[in-house]
Amino acid sequence: MSAIVAEELGKRYGRRWALRNCTLEIPDGSVVGLVGANGAGKSTFLHLTVGLLEPTAGSLAVLGGRPGANAAQLAKVGFVAQDAPVYDWLSVADHLRLGSHMNPGWDTAMASERIDRLGLDLAQRAGKLSGGQRSQLALTLAIGKRPDLLVLDEPVASLDPLARRTFLADVMELVADQKPTIILSSHLLSDIERVCDHLIVMAEGRVQLAGPVEELLCGHKLLTGPRRDMRTMPSGQAVVRASHTDRQTTVLVRTAEPILDPAWVVADVGLEDLVLAYMAASTAPTPQQAPLAAVRS
Amino acid sequence: MIEFRIDTHSGVPPYRQLVHQVRQALRLGLLREGDQLPTVKDVVGQLAINPNTVLKAYRELEHEGLAAGRPGLGTFVTRSLAQESVAAHKGLRSELDRWLTKARRAGLDDASISALFESTFRAASDEGVA
Repeated sequence: MSAIVAEELGKRYGRRWALRNCTLEIPDGSVVGLVGANGAGKSTFLHLTVGLLEPTAGSLAVLGGRPGANAAQLAKVGFVAQDAPVYDWLSVADHLRLGSHMNPGWDTAMASERIDRLGLDLAQRAGKLSGGQRSQLALTLAIGKRPDLLVLDEPVASLDPLARRTFLADVMELVADQKPTIILSSHLLSDIERVCDHLIVMAEGRVQLAGPVEELLCGHKLLTGPRRDMRTMPSGQAVVRASHTDRQTTVLVRTAEPILDPAWVVADVGLEDLVLAYMAASTAPTPQQAPLAAVRS
Repeated sequence: MIEFRIDTHSGVPPYRQLVHQVRQALRLGLLREGDQLPTVKDVVGQLAINPNTVLKAYRELEHEGLAAGRPGLGTFVTRSLAQESVAAHKGLRSELDRWLTKARRAGLDDASISALFESTFRAASDEGVA
């Protein structure tokens, strides 16, 4: 089953499209990394999936239902918004009470055990917690409801490296235990590489690239060789990004076949190079457009 | 029990790094037949990596006949790599010594030797994978 199916999904604010022609499918149980520049449409997409926004165009099914349609749908989705919002004037214990009153499937034992293990003081007001503790509290509320889909919008952006690692480790333990689907947006590609098995790259409101990380990495090669006109590239090799010096050409291609041309030195592509190439390709005014998102069923 | 580490800058896929570390530990005798490998949840909690990465590494070790999963208990080492390889070290080393002498005589400096080895090694292992 697919956790998320988007078809021609779009969201417009006035005359500006924040998200356009977004067609993708995310298999159940994936850990999805969502990357792109600020303003690329990441938060818009995430807000659509949790039901905080209504689509302007296209359709979106989340866990087989319409986002935010009813209480049952809401109970299946956990969300931690950017900067991990909590109620500053409420205590940690109040937050847990709130969670248990508002969520039918609330896991009291798990939530208290987490708070205990994190060393959070139940009587402490959330406004007095450190950044790391606040996001751990927000995460506890989101996973206490035992969601089938957990949506995290830049969850670790404001955390120090240790808090960041702890936070991600906790999310991964949740994946090991309960196998929920996770979507996480981040600028930290090294984190994405550690935890995600699925990748979506967005730029200017459009999906540039989407698919299982391993498949995407295998399907791209970095070629270096003598300077060459890109119009002479074989049809099976889609040029994502090319750069030239007076003698040399470096080109990232998307291809399913092995590169046989002996003029090229062929190298594998890392996640960071791949993401950067697609982010840059969207802004480059070249006639060789990047191939659009691969959709996996 | 061994502890894994992940180098995200190495360019080597994380699951292969885990497989490599188990093999290395087996070669050095740090892991022996019957030893338990860290549970998926332990690795995930310690390294903050995707559980599927660990599962994939363990599947590969099972496929190679180096480990086996016991339902409900974990994954255990089924074969040691230490003795057979240590015995072969001596002969291989003297061959390598002879090759190094030949390379120096041919005028290669240290950097060239290591570059030649690296590129040959990579080409050979690429072929092995494909």
